[in-house]
Amino acid sequence: MRFLPVMLLSFVSVFTLQCTKKTSNEILIGEYGSLTGSEATFGISTNKGIRLAFDEINAAGGLHGKQIKLITLDDQGKAEEAAQAVTRLITQDKVLAVIGEVASTRSLAAAPIAQQYKVPMISPSSTNPKVTEVGDQIFRVCFIDPFQGTVMAKFAMENLKVKKVAILRDVKSDYSMGLADYFTAKVKELGGEVVSDVSYSSGEMNFKAQLTKIKGTAPEAIFIPGYYTEVGLIAKQAKELSINVPLLGGDGWDSSKLSEIGGSAINGHYFSNHYTTESQEPHVVEFINKFKLKYNETPDGLAALGYDAAKILAEAIKVSGEVTSAQVRDSLSKIKDFAGVTGKITIDQNRNAVKSAVVVKVDGRVNRYVTTIAP
Amino acid sequence: MMKSAPLISFVILALMGLMLDQFLNPYLQRTMALVLVNIILAMSLNLVNGYTGQFSLGHAGFMAIGAYTSAYLSTHWVAPAAIVPHLLFFIFYSLVSGCFAAIAGWLVGQPSLRLKGDYLAIVTLGFGEIIRVIILNSSALGGARGYFGIPGPSPISFGGLALNAFYSFYLVAILWVLTCFFVIYRTISSTHGRAFMSIREDEIAADSLGIHTTRVKVKSFVLSSFFAGVAGSLFSHCMNFIAPSTFSMLMSINVVIMVVLGGMGSMTGPILAAVIISVLPEALRPLQELTGQDYRMVIYSLILIVLMLVRPQGLLGHKEIWNFWRKTRVE
Amino acid sequence: MNEFIQHIINGISMGAIYALIALGYTMVYGILQFINFAHADIYMVGAFASYYLARFFQLGEHPHWSWFFIALGLSTLVCALLGFAIEKIAYRPLRKSPKLNILITAIGVSLFLEYAGQLLFGVDPKLFPPLLTESVLFSIGGINVMSLDVIILGISILAMFVLHRVVYHSKLGKAMRAVSQNSTVAAMLGISIDRVISFTFILGSSLAGIAAVLVGMRYPKIEPMMGMLMGTKAFVAAVLGGIGSLPGAVLGGLIMGLSEEMVVGYLQSTYRDALSFGILIVILIFKPTGLLGTKRIEKV
Repeated sequence: MRFLPVMLLSFVSVFTLQCTKKTSNEILIGEYGSLTGSEATFGISTNKGIRLAFDEINAAGGLHGKQIKLITLDDQGKAEEAAQAVTRLITQDKVLAVIGEVASTRSLAAAPIAQQYKVPMISPSSTNPKVTEVGDQIFRVCFIDPFQGTVMAKFAMENLKVKKVAILRDVKSDYSMGLADYFTAKVKELGGEVVSDVSYSSGEMNFKAQLTKIKGTAPEAIFIPGYYTEVGLIAKQAKELSINVPLLGGDGWDSSKLSEIGGSAINGHYFSNHYTTESQEPHVVEFINKFKLKYNETPDGLAALGYDAAKILAEAIKVSGEVTSAQVRDSLSKIKDFAGVTGKITIDQNRNAVKSAVVVKVDGRVNRYVTTIAP
Repeated sequence: MMKSAPLISFVILALMGLMLDQFLNPYLQRTMALVLVNIILAMSLNLVNGYTGQFSLGHAGFMAIGAYTSAYLSTHWVAPAAIVPHLLFFIFYSLVSGCFAAIAGWLVGQPSLRLKGDYLAIVTLGFGEIIRVIILNSSALGGARGYFGIPGPSPISFGGLALNAFYSFYLVAILWVLTCFFVIYRTISSTHGRAFMSIREDEIAADSLGIHTTRVKVKSFVLSSFFAGVAGSLFSHCMNFIAPSTFSMLMSINVVIMVVLGGMGSMTGPILAAVIISVLPEALRPLQELTGQDYRMVIYSLILIVLMLVRPQGLLGHKEIWNFWRKTRVE
Repeated sequence: MNEFIQHIINGISMGAIYALIALGYTMVYGILQFINFAHADIYMVGAFASYYLARFFQLGEHPHWSWFFIALGLSTLVCALLGFAIEKIAYRPLRKSPKLNILITAIGVSLFLEYAGQLLFGVDPKLFPPLLTESVLFSIGGINVMSLDVIILGISILAMFVLHRVVYHSKLGKAMRAVSQNSTVAAMLGISIDRVISFTFILGSSLAGIAAVLVGMRYPKIEPMMGMLMGTKAFVAAVLGGIGSLPGAVLGGLIMGLSEEMVVGYLQSTYRDALSFGILIVILIFKPTGLLGTKRIEKV
């Protein structure tokens, strides 16, 4: 039993060792996200976008003559870990601002902490309206569910001229549940009908049960507000069941993996997104090229949002007279017409990003631009 | 053990808490709070797994019931603070949560504790998952998004010394940790406890001695669920946010790991293991800051395997921490 | 009616996959009486092994039977080796300790494979290359029966029969059963316990390897965490059918697949996960050893 004290001792020493040295010529920015766990693919994408943005800024000389240092903590996709990670970032590492999380659940767990310690937090892609309602320190650079849900409903009813739609939602994801609810509301408002509303849980591979049920109700379009990780398979299986109506989705579809997994089955379906890879705007083209150069892959929607969140934060730091959390927060709330990769971003009084959405059509590896829907 | 031991240890721990409150930063305090929650979880599961020898994998489910009950109560039913001191509220919330979890424990235990071994494990796992799916589907409890805005105890001041909110939470948590410890400690030294252990040692023999095995097992299960509910309640007030994904199978497994790692059938072993298991992921964070990759789970799983191979009986085995002190003194 | 038939076909197709993985759980349980939590992760490693093989030789571009068998062989080999190694390193030293200890070690191995897999293979989902061209085998009244579904079901049932043959009609099988019933006496009779258990793990893990390629082709998305959900469900299927019983695993898998399908088809899809567990609980309460499990008589 002699090893017990030794173990405890080494344990305590590891625990007390953890103080990050703060040097005065660095600006510390914290990021928390799921780098491991079942939702890690979203966290890693976002992280890549953020790192690219900060690397660019550092290469150009940094801000106020200081280099940006990004501290990324993993939350394993768990809400309690997210809260823990943000507490550490703020009270131990003493970061200036926090970027994170993809999932609204985890942003909601962490936001009250950022609010309590008055450190601004920018969520790249938490779409639930409640996130920024936590307090005046919480910002976001993506759409909120009510907007995106109505965009697709409008598109389905007005552009595709369908009346009967079905919904296939991910019961485990609040993102999917939120979008589906607002979509339903808007469809009903516009005189349409939701003929079936079924769910799956992310991580599953077989969706034929749900699709067979949907097929039985003969919808003219199916709204699938999920992530690309599942949608590829869903499209494939829909095709096997000879369901030939358009599938509609949200920005969770945006990834090169979608067409890779979905193959030809995903072609011709629509989703709403922040931008299109077809865009000819120079800064978008530049972002895509730089991303490809650095990581050897096409950026997905989450990477683009992470990039924008980091860029907006940097912009806010740049225009702040003093580099303090309070100043940066004020500058963030004044961001207007920021030319982000995901569109022109203006932060409104509720600290949400106001920007228009585009609807794109999947066509192999490219997403063809269809229409723009303004907020 | 002395009659006044609970009171004395409460006073000592409360005084220690004052130091923690003043000298630790909020991050370490938060870790400390999680440690306390995990200690209650480990101790309560130890009653079922370690002392009664029944393998339950549904602890997270009862914790979820406690957490959600407490969250709902504290946001919907707030009596005027002028009548009762605020802290008593939180004790009351956890008491009610514990009772709800105990009722659920009774309902689950009645049919499933007739089963043995791995079948029991899988049935309790199933019940745990069912509880989670029900929460996931009820919009009143926030569904997949989670339940947010759960208040924590407000700060108290102590003779002119302004304390943090942490200390209020700490007091409530310590109270429950000690209650849990002494209730379980005294139970296992009583006739009830002997009945628990007789089932662990040999169920058939216990049966033939006239012990109503199912009833005894249910008793132990209900008590264990009660404390799991209390732990859930504390968890929700400490985190201020709960989501169904927290109370997954992995959470149950984590508690089982604490019990087995600490030594089944030891009171203090699971406590020690709970401390290690909750602090380890945090202690490994600097490694992640250095390397940029998160190796925590890989290291954690390796430590788990190695410890099981090196010390299959758990860190303390059947012994208690104080046994080691005594032994060294004799030598 | 069409819809009902389609549901049945879907359910059987999913059930066949559960059955294939459940067989692996049941094999190990039958001998050692412990849940090999790492089984589903061995399956994940098998899927990645054949993914890298296919990517290296670019097999996905020209689907052909021979590629399919090569991938199947490699995946089986990798899984068998992994299963053998895991048993030897992590489980064997603990054979005399309480069951719960091996279980914790198994959980440790499972977590290790998952998270090391995330670091090694990356976390993004990957496309499993099509090794066979999938075709509609036949269609009745607008309902398509896919060739892969039939292949998977066929292989599951074949695997069940082969295993049954091995366990009940071979010398090694006799040794396996002897070890399962009383390992001390079996050892006294000159059976090498270690060798029998190693063989069981190799056999069980090879099944995971076969399942990996088949599931990979059917649902061509693989990721390091893919074993988690599949493992739980397959395990529940094994318990449902009576763990330790080979036909039970197949029956359990099919019931599991069908019940999940019917819950979505005719009840509430949001309660899918809960109801499959509900069915399990009801069955276990009325028949505590599962559907086809045999009761072991406990002696004092």
